[in-house]
This record gives sequence, structure tokens and C-alpha cells, in this order.
Amino acid sequence: MAELPVTEAELIDRFGPHLNVEPAGGWNAGIDFDREVETHCCFCGQQCGIKLKVKDDKVVGFEPWYDFPFNEGKLCPKGVKRYLQNESPDRLLDPMVRDPGAPGGFRAVSWDEALDRTVSEIQRIQQAYGKDAFALLSGVSLSNEKSYLIGKFARLGLQTANLDYNGRLCMVSAGAAGKRALGLDRAANPWSDIPLADVVMLVGCNVAECAPITTSYVWRARDRGAKLVVIDPRVTPIARTADLFLGVRPGTDSAVLGAMLHVIIENDWVDHEFVAAHTVGFDEVAQSVADHTPEWAAKLSGVPAERIVEAARLWGTSATGMLMHARGIEHHTKGVDNVTACINLGLATGKYGKPGCGVTTITGQGNGQGGREQGHKCDQLPGNRDITNPEHRAYIASVWQCAVDEIPGKGLTAQEIMNAIHDGEIKGLLSICFNPLVSLPETRFTEEALDRLEFYAAIDFFLSESAQHADVVLAGSLHEEDEGTATSSEGRVCKLNAAKAPPGNAWLDWEIVLDLARRLGRERYFPFRNTREMFDEMRVASHGGTADYYGITWEQIEAQHGVFWPCPEIGHPGTPRLFEGGRFYHPDGKAKFFPAPYRPSAEEVDDEYPIWLTTGRVISQYLSGTQTRRIGPLVEQYPEPLCEMHPRLAEQLGVVTGDVVRVTSRRGSMDLPARVVETIRPDTVFIPYHWPGRQAANQLTQRALDPISKIPEFKVSAVRIERTGEHREVHDKRVTTLHEERR
Amino acid sequence: MTVTSPLSAHLVSDQVFVIDQSRCIGCEACVQACEECGTHRGTSLIHLEFVDRTTSTQTAPQVCMHCQDPTCAEVCPADAIKQNEDGVVQSSLKPRCIGCSNCVLACPFGVPKYFALPDQMMKCDMCYDRSSAGLKPMCASVCPSQALWFGTPEEFAATRRGELLFEFRFGNQVVPTKVATVVDRADDGPLDVLGDPGGFRWQDDPFGLAGVV
Repeated sequence: MAELPVTEAELIDRFGPHLNVEPAGGWNAGIDFDREVETHCCFCGQQCGIKLKVKDDKVVGFEPWYDFPFNEGKLCPKGVKRYLQNESPDRLLDPMVRDPGAPGGFRAVSWDEALDRTVSEIQRIQQAYGKDAFALLSGVSLSNEKSYLIGKFARLGLQTANLDYNGRLCMVSAGAAGKRALGLDRAANPWSDIPLADVVMLVGCNVAECAPITTSYVWRARDRGAKLVVIDPRVTPIARTADLFLGVRPGTDSAVLGAMLHVIIENDWVDHEFVAAHTVGFDEVAQSVADHTPEWAAKLSGVPAERIVEAARLWGTSATGMLMHARGIEHHTKGVDNVTACINLGLATGKYGKPGCGVTTITGQGNGQGGREQGHKCDQLPGNRDITNPEHRAYIASVWQCAVDEIPGKGLTAQEIMNAIHDGEIKGLLSICFNPLVSLPETRFTEEALDRLEFYAAIDFFLSESAQHADVVLAGSLHEEDEGTATSSEGRVCKLNAAKAPPGNAWLDWEIVLDLARRLGRERYFPFRNTREMFDEMRVASHGGTADYYGITWEQIEAQHGVFWPCPEIGHPGTPRLFEGGRFYHPDGKAKFFPAPYRPSAEEVDDEYPIWLTTGRVISQYLSGTQTRRIGPLVEQYPEPLCEMHPRLAEQLGVVTGDVVRVTSRRGSMDLPARVVETIRPDTVFIPYHWPGRQAANQLTQRALDPISKIPEFKVSAVRIERTGEHREVHDKRVTTLHEERR
Repeated sequence: MTVTSPLSAHLVSDQVFVIDQSRCIGCEACVQACEECGTHRGTSLIHLEFVDRTTSTQTAPQVCMHCQDPTCAEVCPADAIKQNEDGVVQSSLKPRCIGCSNCVLACPFGVPKYFALPDQMMKCDMCYDRSSAGLKPMCASVCPSQALWFGTPEEFAATRRGELLFEFRFGNQVVPTKVATVVDRADDGPLDVLGDPGGFRWQDDPFGLAGVV
């Protein structure tokens, strides 16, 4: 019974999103402040350093943190305005239970009542249907300490195998490909290697909007004379001035990347010495791209063959090069293949483990890199250990002081958990830091599934669209209210410092989890009194794993402005660049080539659905928007989803910018204004996904998963588009004019 | 009030403000950060425009260029716009400003803004509260791509390509400025902000549509 307790309008009226437009106490409050807290931005894996200004226990502004080496004070608009989330009027201040008679459908209760209810439902469901019938969905905006705690709590507190996280929608394709080929899942390089590259290739990564600080590193390389190559279906802001642009049709990346390898082999730009000394499997991969000619790839991808050849030449003949990829090639049913095709390009040309050389993913979420390493993923235990490996299980059991058999086996992945809820196999759910109703594909399916739960408890700081379906809501903590660590896209472990305590009757997230464990009678496994004790146990648990944090201390992080794992002993300086000397992390020290020949996407266009749809992000919003849709100045930048389309397509449809179009796929339909731009392929439209309900792009996407990583194919759908006849002005309210009224 | 050379018009340090429009990613961090500046908190004074979003993602940030002989001050009938000893052109003096918007119309860079409340022209003052204390202006601090840059000319020469240009020509009017823009060679005149990527002009046809129906 988890359908909405009251109407959507009543929920929004009580719980928002309402816009917080200025700092607590007004715009002049931040000029005087009591203290500045050095910490990091909560939005994205770059983990930019920032100082939060605090006055009277309220976060009232920010100051650039020039000394933090990654961003040296730089911030994107989300970072600039992240401080406004804290005093949001929507902040949950009490635990609540669903009550259709209460305003907004939820009634504040005591912590005892909320936690007892939750525990009794967990116990009832697990006794009736088995331990695994209760699932936990988590997320990697959580710190390393909380990620570690959640992993342990699922296995030893709830005793369920079914724990997974929203990183399943983020970096799992890159993680799986990296582990398979290189023996390790981490960015190959610190970002300081980017300026040393002679060629920078950005493959399916809109760095200007999704990792904005990275653009300064790309420019530093270009200032030295590096060439920039961008592969993307859209001329993104960083692509605009690129030396070479490959405007690839969604779903054909592996054809283009395979053709590049074909050209490199044909022209003998292969680093034979590196391949022979440090890799296995090259011949099989060479065979797999023998038929991937540039002309063949050009027909599939729409990229002119000569640009594919030129990209291969730049990559193959440059002494140094950095290839960076992100969700653009990873959100596919062949996400692992696409990443593998990138890795193959790096291995074939020896571009690993040297200054200015590497192939690396750009992890999206705040702690996307660290969160997945601490045992937060259905198939992993701390230290990036494998939950099915007997030795790994035995080590973790020794740290946790439990019997090996007490650690459940591999559970379902995030989308599979939602499928199992829909099928009635999973009956109960606890969620934290995950808003599946916005972020999972096929919104209607997710909503049906949530409504079938017998019990749903959500730990949340705002009432997210998913939490609106909960039976119990446990008011947790925001990023700036707790202390811990997060690991950036670079693999740099950073220190998060608390600016203030949670307001009202809200608790720190980990206090809630520890109390649940106690009420479940499992407190013997959770003796923690603070997050530092969790970090210290986590260090030991990670020791000997590939993601080894053992030598890292909070003091060292603060002294060094971050420590790159692996850091296996106290006093070890950390490891900024991986694979130096061609040493990879498989037992034989070698990297493995895997064939990744082109295959079609799960859904292709046809007469009924003739247009490709791809989804993604805009600069001013973050993920499912639970936080950023409440920050007024960010909402003003891009207030609602727009459907980007090329003038050629717009002309066929009879559409101009502002015309509301109906976009329909086999899953659903949505109405939204068009934005007509020449910066997208004419056969493709783009819709950002940050909004819920009738504005959710995921109404259109499908639940097709990569067979290895189980990431959904957000980047390729087939749609049809028609005019609705409605028109409205679309504009960015932040762009200034010469003569304006004061806001 | 005139300054002989922009480079001699030092702030407390020897730093100059540089705009390189070609690097702008349109993220609006500058717009968001401008209103966090202590002297005009809540009011953003920087301009950011899409040049033509239909054809390009090119955006153009515009801070005050701090002209040597500011047109805004020259056309002000109330003598309300002053340049300080560091060559920074300031917002109108509230007691003098009559809200006529002459400056808004006359500025060749379109910088001054008239605000009905408090009935006054306000403009970018290079975050004088920060820059006079040795800190970078807010916009140049946060700019992710460093299209907005603040540092010494020596630092610029050592780390960035292009040369600094401190002079603009509008018809017959030559406008020397304190803020620089970036060009390939300063002797060649103003920057083509759309940039020249070199021999391979994919920008003319990003998706290879020529001849494709």
C-alpha cells in the first residue's frame, strides 16, 4: 500500500518543491558570518572544494576555496548556489507516517513510533516471505562512511542480498569494463594528466554541463597545443571549438570506436612493444574489427568516414593522449562494450600509465567513485571485493566478526529490484539517497511497482517523488550536516566537514541506520559512535582489496588536500596515476583486450517511431532534481524540460521554438516545448531527465539492460513527435538584458 | 582621471582581468556568483548572452571593460559615474544618479544596468571589495573554463595561448580598456569570438549533412 496518500497538488503544496531564492536572513546575511567551513560540493563527482559560510548555525553563503588543488576556487552554478539547499522550506524536520487525513498526507510522529513501525514491518515481511523479500536501495551522494555502513547494514542488519544503489544508473558500465580489462575500477589518471596530453578525446561526455571544471583542464592541454576531438550526437558547449567533431548517431559509438581501431591497425600506429609486454588478447580484437572499416561505420553512425580516419590518426600518432568517456557511451545495452572499445584504443597505442596518457571514465555522482567501493553494490564487498569470491567473503567476515555464511550472496541490481517489486517477489523496501521514480526508466512501471509494496520506508531530507509513496519517512541529513569522506572522479579521497547540525527533529542518516540495527537486535555488528569509527573499520575492511584505503587517515587527507587510493600502508602518499610501468591489476600484471564489435541497440527506429531520442543533463540541475529543483536561481536557468531538435526535423514537423510537441515512445508520452537548434543531429532529439511526473523524460525510456553491467539504455529510444498546437515562450530567466527591473 | 596605459593602472597587485569568449561554456556560474559579491549581494551585474542559440552554443560573458576614458561617464549629465585611482569605473553615485539611462545606451559594451529600484545605474566594479584586497573577482574565481581570467600578464603569457588586447575600435572611436580580450596576435585587431579551429572546418557542417536530404 504505497500509492500517494493525497493528491499530487496537496503533496506539492505541503512538501514542495518550493523555491529557496535567497540566503537565510536575506541577501545581506552572508556578508557577516561566524565561520567558514572547508568542505566539498555535493553535486557531482568532481568534488570541488568550497567554503561554506555559517552564521547563527545557518549556511548563508559560500567563498571560493582557492587552495584546494582540483578546482582552485572554480565552481559551476550548482556549486555557487548549493548553499541555498540548506534552509529550504521543504526540509523534513520530523519522522512521519503516511496519513491521508493529515495535511499533505503525512503526519509527524515520534522517532520511536516511526522506527518501531519500520522494524515491525521489516520483521513481518521477512518472516512471511524470506529475508530477501525486503530490499534496500541506496545512493552515492552518501559519504564513504555511510556507504560502508549501508552495505554492512543490508548484509548483517537486514540480512538481505537485495541491496543496490543508484550508481547502477551511473558508472557500472565503466566499472565492469575496467575490472574486466584492467583488473581495477578507478579513473586511470589524476586530472593533472589532462594538460599533459597532446590529444584529448571526449567520447559521450558533455563535460561543459556535467563536469564543468574539467573544461579548464582541457583548455590547459589546448594551451600547450593539444588537439581536441569530441564524439557526441550534439555540438555541446565544449565541442563548439573542438579541432574535430564526430556527430555520432545514438547507439553507434562502438562502430565508430571499432573503426578507429581498424584504421590504427591498418596504418600500424599500434604500440607493439606495449601490447606484447603488457597485454593479452590483441589478435582476437584485431580480428573483431577487421570488417569495421570507416566507410562501414560512416553508414551506420552518420559520421563522415574521413573524420573517423582523422580521429584515429590524431589518437594513433600523438605521443600522449587522454580519452575520457561518460554516460553518453555507458547508458546503453552495450555500455560495457563501448567502454571496452575505448580501453582497446588505449591499450593498442600504449596510452596507459604514463604522464598525459590514459583512458578514463568521468564518474557522475558526488561519491560515485567511493560509494561503489565500500560494499554498496549488490555484487561487491568493501575494498571493491567480489561478494561471490570465497576468499573475499572470508576476509570481510573476519573484519565484521561474523560467520561467512551470515553474509548474503549476490543480490539483484537496481532495475531488477524494481522489476521484482513489480512482480511481487520483493514486498518491502527501504530507500536512502535514491529517487527511482524520476531516475529509473519507464516511469509508469516504477510507479506501479512502488504501489505494490506492502511496506516502504524512505530516509530523506526532502520528500522526493519516490518518498511520497512511502509508508514511513525518516527525516535524515543533508551533505553539509555530517562529517566524513568522499572519493572524487579522479580517485581522490576528500574530507567533508559539517557546517551545522540537522535541524528540528531530523537525525543524521547513520544515526537512523544504527537505531534500526539496534531495534532489529543486530547491534553487536554496529558498535559505531561516530563516522570516524566507521572510516577506521572501512580502512581495515578495504585492506588488501583493489580499492585499498588502509593507509588513508582524515589528517592525511586534510594535509595533502586529498589522497588517491590505493594507499595500502600508513604513510603511503597515495597513487594518483594508475598502471605506471604497464602494471595492471590482474594476477599476471597484464591488461586484457576484449572484442567489442558493433551490435544494434535494444530499440531501433521504424516507420511508427522514426526518431531517435537520447536523454541527459543540463548544467543547472543535478540527477533527479530532489535538491536542485528547490534552489530558485538554478531553476530559473532552465525551468522545464525542452525537446531539442534540428531545424530540418522541426521543419518536417512544422514546429518552431516554443511549440509544445508530444513525444511518444512504446512506453509512454509527454508534452513539452521544442527548442530548435542546429547543434543536434537531424534524426535525433534530446530531452533532459531531471523532472518528475508528466515532465519526466523517463516516461519514454525503456528497461533494456546491459547484460553485464545492468545499466539501462537511457541513451537510445525510438519516438514519434507531433505538434499539440500549444505554444509558450521558453527562455532562460537568468540571462540578463541591458535594461531590467531589479528582481 | 585618465590612465596612460592599462597595464600601468595597477590594482593593489599587478593582476589584469581577461575575457576569452571562445572558452565560454554558457554555464552561468558567473551570473550566479556575481550576485554573491559583497557590495551588491542579490543583484547580478555581469551580462551573459547567447549569440544565437539556434545556430550555436556560443555564449558571451561581458564584464565592464573599465575603459580608460569611460563613455558612460562622459555622457552622464549628472557626473555620477566615477573612476577610482585604480582605473575601476564604479556604479553611479546614488545621490547624483538621475536614472536617465544615458550610460546604458552609450556604453559600447552594453555594460551598465539601470534598476528601477533603487532608481540607479549599477555596473560591474571588478569586485573592487575583493580585487583591492588581493582576491580574484567572483566571476573569474568560479568560471569553470576560465573564459573569465584574473592574474598577471606574465602568468597569462606563460600558461595561455593568444595575446592580450586592450584596445577596441567602434567606428572612429578607439576605446582603450583596462580589461583585456584574447586574440591570436594583438597587432591584428579584434578577436573573432567564434574562433578558428584550424584547417578542418567541421563547424561549417557539424553533422556532414551537405548533399544529404
